[in-house]
Amino acid sequence: MLVGVLAVQGAIAEHVQALEKAGASALKVENRQALERVDALVIPGGESTTIGRLIGEYGLYTAIRKRAAAGMPIMGTCAGLILLAKEGDKDVQRTNQKLLGLMDTRIARNAFGGQRESFEAMLEIPVIGRKKFRGVFIRAPTIEKAGEGVEVISRFEDRIVAARQGSLLALSFHPELTADTRLHKYFLGMI
Amino acid sequence: MPNTKHGTQGLKRGFAKMVKNGVIMDVTTPEQAKLAEKAGAVAVMALEKVPADIRAAGGVARMADPAIVGKIVRAVTIPVMAKARIGHLAEAQVLETCGVDMIDESEVLTPVDEEHIDKAKFTIPFVCGARNLGEALRRISEGAAMIRTKGEPGTGDVAEAVRHMKLMNKQIAALKGKGAAFLKKKAKEYRVSVRLVKEVARLQRLPVVNFAAGGIATPADAALMMQLGADGVFVGSGIFKSNNPQKMAKAIVEATMNYNQPEVVARVSRNLGEAMKGTEAKKLQESDKMQARSS
Repeated sequence: MLVGVLAVQGAIAEHVQALEKAGASALKVENRQALERVDALVIPGGESTTIGRLIGEYGLYTAIRKRAAAGMPIMGTCAGLILLAKEGDKDVQRTNQKLLGLMDTRIARNAFGGQRESFEAMLEIPVIGRKKFRGVFIRAPTIEKAGEGVEVISRFEDRIVAARQGSLLALSFHPELTADTRLHKYFLGMI
Repeated sequence: MPNTKHGTQGLKRGFAKMVKNGVIMDVTTPEQAKLAEKAGAVAVMALEKVPADIRAAGGVARMADPAIVGKIVRAVTIPVMAKARIGHLAEAQVLETCGVDMIDESEVLTPVDEEHIDKAKFTIPFVCGARNLGEALRRISEGAAMIRTKGEPGTGDVAEAVRHMKLMNKQIAALKGKGAAFLKKKAKEYRVSVRLVKEVARLQRLPVVNFAAGGIATPADAALMMQLGADGVFVGSGIFKSNNPQKMAKAIVEATMNYNQPEVVARVSRNLGEAMKGTEAKKLQESDKMQARSS
């Protein structure tokens, strides 16, 4: 099984390491040719405006949407959660940010505030077991609204911070920054 | 919020990881900040003057007016950083209250103390400059969550950034596979813990994100620094002192992300207009070098 990590900008190496630790082979996806080779894709954390702008310029935007339509599993963390969404907030509109529009979700950017408000918290995520998961939230977005086909996997203080829709998984926080590989393993189980 | 932790080392170093492979641009107005955001910057550095103008103006260089910093924070959704003087605890505190995401304890401003700020005490992360491995490790010991080369700010001459990055790489490589006695000797020389030196020896890189800064003025400069192992680049005066800031900003972003593809760097470098004029760093008087302002 070969899992790609979208290698435009952000915490790319960290996801490669986490995937390998979880038992998969990982490939940095910098272009369409690499995208064709992978069985699944991780869209890592980084700056969603930057990543969004650059995937548009390298033809990856259309290629990712095509693969997703054909059923390729995608996990988006932080910036990735934003890019997967159908609908953004006013910041997304103001900056003319183009989203992949794959999940029936409306997101809020920097939902908790800036870096001063960034936090770690123990989360309940029943699909990966009873032991709580350490969520690392860095200028994190949340899912404000989820459509009917979206399964909410975890909430933090009533806000949706993890959700799944078919073969798509979106997380507000950064599992790649912890040693806990349960969410990466859960994603590998979706392939 | 109950059961939550703020300002942990993981959150600070994690923040820096999110800007990897990106370009952080110096800006002095909300309009410039928006232009940088649109060009694909991963963050902006809010300043009153870019380093080239600080150099030209002379006198004591201090943190920016909190009103300017606040306006820039409100203008963009990407992270905003700001510079405090080396050792100036109170400036750093003021910037934290302004809502900036990271503080640059910077030699571009006039230092107030030989000792650096105790950065571990802050909720938000710090980035600090370094010319060599010893400086980098001392800053990390003080709590820096990110390192950048000092280079020679405001010159448009990348030579010093190249020198600092190569020296750091060489010093890290020299630790590889060495025994405990050697690492202990190095820890003493660098005035840091043996544990930190051992970690660097094992990782064969700094344990924090390491950017290039100081004199980067063209897309090819950015590509060069990335090839030398930088995790990303800071561009100070290089963008808004060029002929066509919008085009230059976008070109440096693309060159940084495709640093190992000369054909992309060539394409984005075409018809950029004039880069900043600059000053040859070697020709500066020793007393005019910002990089020598701390160790």
